[in-house]
Amino acid sequence: MSMVPTSNAFKDNATGALKDAPLQEALGIARAHSIETRRNTVAKLPEFEQLRDIGRDLKNHVIANLDTYLLQFEQSVIDRGGHVHWCPDGDSARAKVLEICRKVNAKTVTKGKTMIGEEIGINDFLFANGIEPVETDLGEYIIQLRGETPSHIIGPALHVTKAQVEETFRKAHSDLDPQRNLDDAATLMAEAREKLRAGFLKADVGITGANFLIADEGATTIVTNEGNGDLTQTLPRIHIVLASIEKVVPSLKDAMTLLRILARSATGQEQSVYTTFSSGPRRPTDLDGPEEFHVVLIDNGRSSYLGTEFEEMLRCIRCGACLDHCPVYHSVGGHAYGWVYSGPIGALLTPAIVGVENAKPLPHASSLCGRCEAVCPMRIPIPKMLRHWRETEFTRAITPPTERTGIRFWAFVARRPKLYRLATRIGARVLKSMAGSRGRLASVPLAGGWTKHRDLPAPQGKTFHELWKEEQGGRS
Amino acid sequence: MSTGTGRDRMLASIKAGISRQAERRHGAAGPAKPTPLIPARATAPGVDVVDLFRTMLIAAKATLDEVKSRDDVPAAVQKYLAANNAEARIRLSPDKRVSSIAWDKVPLLEISSGRSHGKDPTSVTPAVAVVAETGTVILQSSDQTPTTLHFLPDQHVVVVSKSQIVGTYEDALARVKRGPDGGLPRTVNFVTGPSRSADIGKILLMGAHGPKKLHVIVVDEEL
Repeated sequence: MSMVPTSNAFKDNATGALKDAPLQEALGIARAHSIETRRNTVAKLPEFEQLRDIGRDLKNHVIANLDTYLLQFEQSVIDRGGHVHWCPDGDSARAKVLEICRKVNAKTVTKGKTMIGEEIGINDFLFANGIEPVETDLGEYIIQLRGETPSHIIGPALHVTKAQVEETFRKAHSDLDPQRNLDDAATLMAEAREKLRAGFLKADVGITGANFLIADEGATTIVTNEGNGDLTQTLPRIHIVLASIEKVVPSLKDAMTLLRILARSATGQEQSVYTTFSSGPRRPTDLDGPEEFHVVLIDNGRSSYLGTEFEEMLRCIRCGACLDHCPVYHSVGGHAYGWVYSGPIGALLTPAIVGVENAKPLPHASSLCGRCEAVCPMRIPIPKMLRHWRETEFTRAITPPTERTGIRFWAFVARRPKLYRLATRIGARVLKSMAGSRGRLASVPLAGGWTKHRDLPAPQGKTFHELWKEEQGGRS
Repeated sequence: MSTGTGRDRMLASIKAGISRQAERRHGAAGPAKPTPLIPARATAPGVDVVDLFRTMLIAAKATLDEVKSRDDVPAAVQKYLAANNAEARIRLSPDKRVSSIAWDKVPLLEISSGRSHGKDPTSVTPAVAVVAETGTVILQSSDQTPTTLHFLPDQHVVVVSKSQIVGTYEDALARVKRGPDGGLPRTVNFVTGPSRSADIGKILLMGAHGPKKLHVIVVDEEL
């Protein structure tokens, strides 16, 4: 029931994305916006780099004590009157959510933004079982109406232009006057606010994600700018939290470390507008709030990466900074990656969750330029880990035979310095003479993919090793 | 499916991963929990937290008014509503810090009290504290402070005394009123400015789902 990945079609997806004019317009706006906003806000907090170190160490500590903190979290939730459900995979998580909804004969469910919800395809599943899921995050609402998936972790409708939003609203809100003016973004937002307000007030169940789980308080945390997550969890009779296991932190004080770097990394805000800690259902004398509080803890393959070269990806706090700084993401957007997560972190997580054989091109959809690691608040070494995926593909013979032969050949030569130097010396001279006086090559054998779109500047006749030797010789 | 089974499977898988980690460390100790760091912005000697709060609140696109006494609050609210073309109608938290203010001093103001069902243009509520480091208002649920007042109205007016302005989130969390069992209340909200979204064409707009405007009135004396 969860979304079928089309990640193996990355090359075709990317080609399509490059020719998609509205997408390129939307990406252009995002590109111009995100890097500078983050940089300006980060510059105002001198301790930012130190907080990144502490955040990284905190997550490493949690990952090394995950069972302890999850058990503590479970007990604390029970102490506050809530329920915890342990779901190893998407199937069990979907079944649990449906069971809770069925118990109260839920007809509609409002939803705050949850990436783990996208991961397990909860919307399609509820819909197929006769329950209407209503996305309430403005971006999620727009893409739900358009039948799309998120193209960015925190800006799910980043790929949609304002003109497309207008078109979508005119089609979806057919009960409203077709002549109404929807020229500006504020009018569009006001219309969505009206529509969704009705949804909030009639929903039986509210489902949110969780940015953090606080072990000693039994509290879940959501961070939003719109307030939709709060209406989602305050108004219905039942609040269900979908959370993956690595979200747990020991205490509120530890959560403050992450809260001081999350918004700055994500949107370049000093702080997101709403950070909400929820623990248990409404107390007997409370005037509002849900009557039941359920936390669905989901593993979905994560624990199998503990104690492996991939475990550092479990530090991710889903801020989206790596997407915002990635030249590949900037060029092709999120949908080209073919599944729920996109950009550098998507290239890392998708093979882990859906299997590397279903996401073969993603570890290669990177020039390994390292911008992602440079901005990751949790200092996840994404380029290094993409290389681990490339190795895995090679050792598990997922890499195509011709490529494997090429890699083997290169490895053979690269491990023999004399042969390597000889080969590069010959290669450099041959390419130089092939290029002639133009100094550029329009086509090169075995490099057709590269030269199809641009010329290859030819070597000038000497290899780096030769030049270096001359340079050293000149000095001594 | 029994949850016991799922729980056992998950814990077993996590424990297996933790054993792998131990093997990879070759007997070295696991990563220790780091000591949190509180930025100096609001704690360094000489920092005026009231001043910092003013700056950061405005930067978060909220508005601020400062009055001398509790008795000045009704007029300040009336002035705010008029300036924003809002109805002269407010919904109060039952909390006595705002409910016991002499609202009848402004006879044209329509007053009611209790949770919101989405029909209230403006709410007036107290807060746990307000935080200087990012201009953040800290709210909590209780039998006197319903959460719906913090999210459903178009305008949210928060009334705090000057003594409730603190430097950091940690200072504010220490002031949260806990339950008889020592636990957190059902909800604690950090609110930094009015609701907003940039989901339509990356154009940042106020008033997505929560309050379109956030106004803080700081009173010199205790509430």
